[in-house]
Amino acid sequence: MTDLTKLTIASARDLLNSREISAVELTEAYLGEIATAGDLNCFVTVTAERARQMAAAADEKLAREAGGPLEGIPLAVKDLFCTRDVLTTASSHILDGFTPPYESTVTANLWADGAVMLGKANCDEFAMGSSNETSYYGDVVNPWHRHGDDETRLVPGGSSGGSAAAVAARLCLGALGTDTGGSIRQPAAFTGTVGIKPTYGRCSRWGIVAFASSLDQAGPFTRTVRDAAILLKSMASHDPKDTTSVALPVPDYERAFGRPVKGLKIGIPKEYRVDGMSDEVEDLWQQGIGWLKAAGAEIVDISLPHTRYALPAYYIVAPAEASSNLARYDGVRYGLRIADDDLITEYEKTRAAGFGREVKRRVLIGTYVLSAGYYDAYYLRAQKVRALIKRDFDVVFDAGVDAILTPATPTPAFAVESMATASPIEMYLNDVFTVTANMSGLPGISVPASLTDDGLPLGLQLIGRAFDETMLFRIGRVIEDAAGFFSPERWWAS
Amino acid sequence: MSVDQAIVRRIAHLARIAVDDADLDHLKDELNGILGWVEQLNEIDVEGVEPMTSVVEMAMKKRADIVDDGYIADEVVRNAPMSEDDYYVVPKVVE
Repeated sequence: MTDLTKLTIASARDLLNSREISAVELTEAYLGEIATAGDLNCFVTVTAERARQMAAAADEKLAREAGGPLEGIPLAVKDLFCTRDVLTTASSHILDGFTPPYESTVTANLWADGAVMLGKANCDEFAMGSSNETSYYGDVVNPWHRHGDDETRLVPGGSSGGSAAAVAARLCLGALGTDTGGSIRQPAAFTGTVGIKPTYGRCSRWGIVAFASSLDQAGPFTRTVRDAAILLKSMASHDPKDTTSVALPVPDYERAFGRPVKGLKIGIPKEYRVDGMSDEVEDLWQQGIGWLKAAGAEIVDISLPHTRYALPAYYIVAPAEASSNLARYDGVRYGLRIADDDLITEYEKTRAAGFGREVKRRVLIGTYVLSAGYYDAYYLRAQKVRALIKRDFDVVFDAGVDAILTPATPTPAFAVESMATASPIEMYLNDVFTVTANMSGLPGISVPASLTDDGLPLGLQLIGRAFDETMLFRIGRVIEDAAGFFSPERWWAS
Repeated sequence: MSVDQAIVRRIAHLARIAVDDADLDHLKDELNGILGWVEQLNEIDVEGVEPMTSVVEMAMKKRADIVDDGYIADEVVRNAPMSEDDYYVVPKVVE
């Protein structure tokens, strides 16, 4: 009998369509796995009953040969996507008890294509974090351990840590994340999964709890590059309800598979060789270059001179937009309320109790940089720096480069609480390679590429032209073919 | 540019977040750490650079000015901690 949790989306789809397996048994298999994995804390809410109903409906459609592209495929959804009548928390205390009366466009697209929702995945509070340690619902634990060290619990990365860990631990066939500065690609690298942040505007942001509106994008986590292509195809759409959603047709990404990369030009940016990058990461990068060269791609050295300014500019833009977006949490319309006789005091008490440390820090920074007299010095300047970062990429792509290859992260996963005494900036440096794609709006994918000597996954990142996700899947596949697949040992099953 | 405790208190009030006096000093140091770090952006000459607004040039979409949703007051207020007759209930603001 097939081990249903060993399948990929592509193989499960084939077995479902040929009726060799049912959606109900597939969903039950994953619900069973979730039940054994409480130690990983991947989920804020498991929606078992809804999953069973959706799976039964999928079986009924499959029996009529009326199944959609994802009919019966069980997925986890980052708890940042609003899901109708299902608790949606953004992993924040301030959204206590919030059940949206509407469905996000991305999740609606997936359910329309037949996918099954297993539950809402844990994440950093309001997607602010790089280790999934800021969640009100507790830390997510990485399913990966260092070789010979069963004691040390590692972070899964963040902010989409629950989604990444759930895919790596085979608690679902795929998962949804969002990426504002690296929140899909960094956890993908830390957990040995594939994660793509599509071009800004490719997926609708409607119904996703907003963090930084000019940077937020939804994207999938999967165990293979092909699965990421399948999920993104269903997630993406033009949505009139999001003014920044782009009216471009969504390509059939899967059809890019098997197209050779011979003759493609791959740029290697010298500015991504940063201080503090481990030898293993440097070696991996060289390995990736070797693989693509062997596949016939042409490797060219490039320069992206404003790279080092991307992270500081991000820490103006993102907190500024967050302080504005998070103004809506007032204890009046939804979520937590700490009552007081005075309205202003009620707001202040509610927000003090409802927001965690990192969220407060960013709201305060954002409030300061947007306050009277500082707008030009901070936010406007940062938006100009963004234009320069984007221009760096434009120059390179105009010169014929098809995609850019970089490491996904400067280090592998680190231990839970090991950054507790570090300054906020040290944590922010996790996103040094990923944040440029958010600042420029360009698509980026992280593909698992190797294991460190102590057995932890590392990822390579590809950054592409605007709306050319197809190219990232095509080249990512070559890296995947050369590197193989990586799975953690199943130590957590209780 | 750096902030002192009085400025931290002022921006916390602007942000409507109650902050204990005991936390002001620590918060001030954290904010100054971040503000000092982002100051490196001043090294860049941004003269004549247009601020970025979108990844590809595109005209802002506009929708027709029509009512296409509504009459769902019960859904709108259903998550409110306190509501009455489709109104949000707040402490008395106007005497």
